[in-house]
Amino acid sequence: MTPETVPRADRSPAGTTRPMTTAPSIPPLAIGDFTLRSRLVVGTGKYRDHQVMREAIDASGADCVTVAVRRERLVDAHGRSILDFLPLERLTILPNTAGCFSAEDAVRVARLGRDILEQLGNPGAGWVKLEVLGDRTTLLPDPVGTLEACTELVKDGFTVLCYSSDDPIIAARLRDAGAASVMPAGSPIGSGRGIANPSAIRLVIERLTLPEQGGSPDYPVIVDAGVGTASDIVHAMELGADGVLLNTGIAHAQDPVRMAHAMRLALDAGWHTLRAGRIPRKLYANASSPWDGSIATIPGE
Amino acid sequence: MRIELNGSPRELPGPATVAELLRELGLDRSPCAVEVNSRLVRKPDHPAHALAEGDRVEVVTLVGGG
Repeated sequence: MTPETVPRADRSPAGTTRPMTTAPSIPPLAIGDFTLRSRLVVGTGKYRDHQVMREAIDASGADCVTVAVRRERLVDAHGRSILDFLPLERLTILPNTAGCFSAEDAVRVARLGRDILEQLGNPGAGWVKLEVLGDRTTLLPDPVGTLEACTELVKDGFTVLCYSSDDPIIAARLRDAGAASVMPAGSPIGSGRGIANPSAIRLVIERLTLPEQGGSPDYPVIVDAGVGTASDIVHAMELGADGVLLNTGIAHAQDPVRMAHAMRLALDAGWHTLRAGRIPRKLYANASSPWDGSIATIPGE
Repeated sequence: MRIELNGSPRELPGPATVAELLRELGLDRSPCAVEVNSRLVRKPDHPAHALAEGDRVEVVTLVGGG
C-alpha cells in the first residue's frame, strides 16, 4: 500500500489504532462527451502567483480548470504563460467567454479559445464555459444573449456549459437550446455570498432533473459563482448540485492551497450528506439521551 | 502597410501573412489564436492568409480566469 491508500486511523485512549471505514466513492461527472473525475471545477484567475495556483489546483483535486481568452501583451511579452504552470497532460482546460457582453463576442471568443486548445491537443477544445454578461457591476448573465450564443455554439459543434442566473425558466430554455450543462450562479461572481437563493437553485435542479418536469436525472447542474467558503459548497451539493465551479473563494483566501483542500472535502461532505438523508428540522428539542432511568428531578414532572 | 493590431495602429514593412506577422511578433511558437476583422483564422490557415491594408487583427492567448 502506498501512503495515500492506507486507511485513516484515529487513536483510541488505550493508544491503539483502529481503521476508519471509508466513504462510498463518488461517481465521475458526465457532461456531454466529457467525464470529470472530480466534481469540483476551479478557476485559474486572481492568484498572487502561478506557483500558488498550481499547488491550489493540485489540492483541490480538480481535473478540469477554467481559463480566459485575452489579447497577447505585445509590449511586454516576456512574462511566462499560465500554460507553463498547468499540468496539461492531466487537466482538461475549460475556456470561458468571461467579459463578453454580447452573443456575437462570446461566439468569437469561444472559437478563438478552441483554436488555441486544438494547437495544444487538449480535450478542452471541444467545449466552452459560456458567459454573456449583462453589466460590469453585477456580472449577472444576460439571459437573452446567453441563449443566442448557446444556440450558435451548439450549432458550431461545441459542448456548451452555460453560466446562468438562478432562474428555472431560462435554465430550461438553455437546456432546450442544447446546453450540455446549465450552471446557475449561487450569487454574483466573486461576491463570496454563497447560495443567495437556495430555493431558486433547488427549482433549477428540479426543473432540469425531474422527469415529471421534463427533466432528466442525469442532466448535470453545476453551481457556478459566489462560493466564499467551504460551507457554501456543502450547501450547493446538499441542494442537489452535480458539481461546483469556483475561483475567487480559493484564489483570494489567505491560504489558497489550504482552502482548496477544504473545498475538496466540502464537496465530498455535501455529496454524502444529501445521500445520507438529513433529519427534518424541528422547532423543539428532542433529547438524545433517554429520559427513562434519569435520577434527576425534571421540571414540571 | 497599416493594420490595427490588438486595438492599436501598427505599420508593417510590407505585405504579410498571418504567419509572418506572428513570426515578427515572436509568437510563432506560442499558443495563440488570430482573428482578422472579427473572423477566426484557424492555425492551419495562418501561412496562406494575407493581411490587407486596414485589417483589424486580434492576437489572443489563454490567461488565468474563472
